[in-house]
Amino acid sequence: MTVLLVALGAAIGAPLRYLTDRLVQARHDSVFPWGTLAVNVAGSFVLGLLVGLPADAAWFAVAGTGFCGALTTYSTFSYETLRLVQDGSRFYALANIVASVVAGLGAGAAGLLAAQAIAG
Amino acid sequence: MNEPVTPVDPDVDVHAPAMRGELRPRAWPVLAAISAGGVLGALGRFAVSVALPHGPGGFPWSTFLVNVSGCLLIGVLMTLIDQVWTGRRLLRPFWGVGVLGGYTTFSTYVLDIHTALRAGAPGVALAYLAATLVAALPAVWAGGALTSQALAIARRRSERRRQR
Repeated sequence: MTVLLVALGAAIGAPLRYLTDRLVQARHDSVFPWGTLAVNVAGSFVLGLLVGLPADAAWFAVAGTGFCGALTTYSTFSYETLRLVQDGSRFYALANIVASVVAGLGAGAAGLLAAQAIAG
Repeated sequence: MNEPVTPVDPDVDVHAPAMRGELRPRAWPVLAAISAGGVLGALGRFAVSVALPHGPGGFPWSTFLVNVSGCLLIGVLMTLIDQVWTGRRLLRPFWGVGVLGGYTTFSTYVLDIHTALRAGAPGVALAYLAATLVAALPAVWAGGALTSQALAIARRRSERRRQR
């Protein structure tokens, strides 16, 4: 049962990452990977919210493990960072690492705090 | 306009004309391939997390291994797409955007760090944060470099066979 719930969340999360990435990239003309940063930060906030709220295993399997897990990506983040280094954009590569980690951790903390506020 | 030879974003890079136009004329085959791949990848990640559980203050080995192996595999995949499987429309959406994107996760990485911090294990949190970064980037590079090498060796062999 849990397997089906994870699958359901991922079936939505993965194409949503692709569509969001396209949408964000269409709005700027820089090589900086804003699209991937956006999905990773948004997914970290939502997962923080889910982790902080009173646990429901089924809901967490769909929205947390499935949806947030597939919405966010580490392979794309790393690949982009390496490509930026290879293209000679070392500053962008470093900025991507720092921004992703700092904004991701901040978004996760904000999600946890928001959950605390909601749960009371 | 300056078109990069190889796209920076392997999911989709609107600077690359082929990727920019891949939702036309029909978007659903691409989106369905991403969705199906995402399901497979997420189930793989879930299986590893069940096989290697960790406590709140323990090192999250499952997510670490998933993310680092996914990085190695995206290096392999993008090199194969670049050098061997050129012009196949659904290959990158399925394997790259779907399977590897669904397999690896940034949100769990972030929340694992918060969980370790809240469990009073800042050393584990910091070690995990740094170890994943330090292992992931060389993994992408190694995946690409080893695949290029293997392809070059295979090409030389077939060249020699033809000359005989």
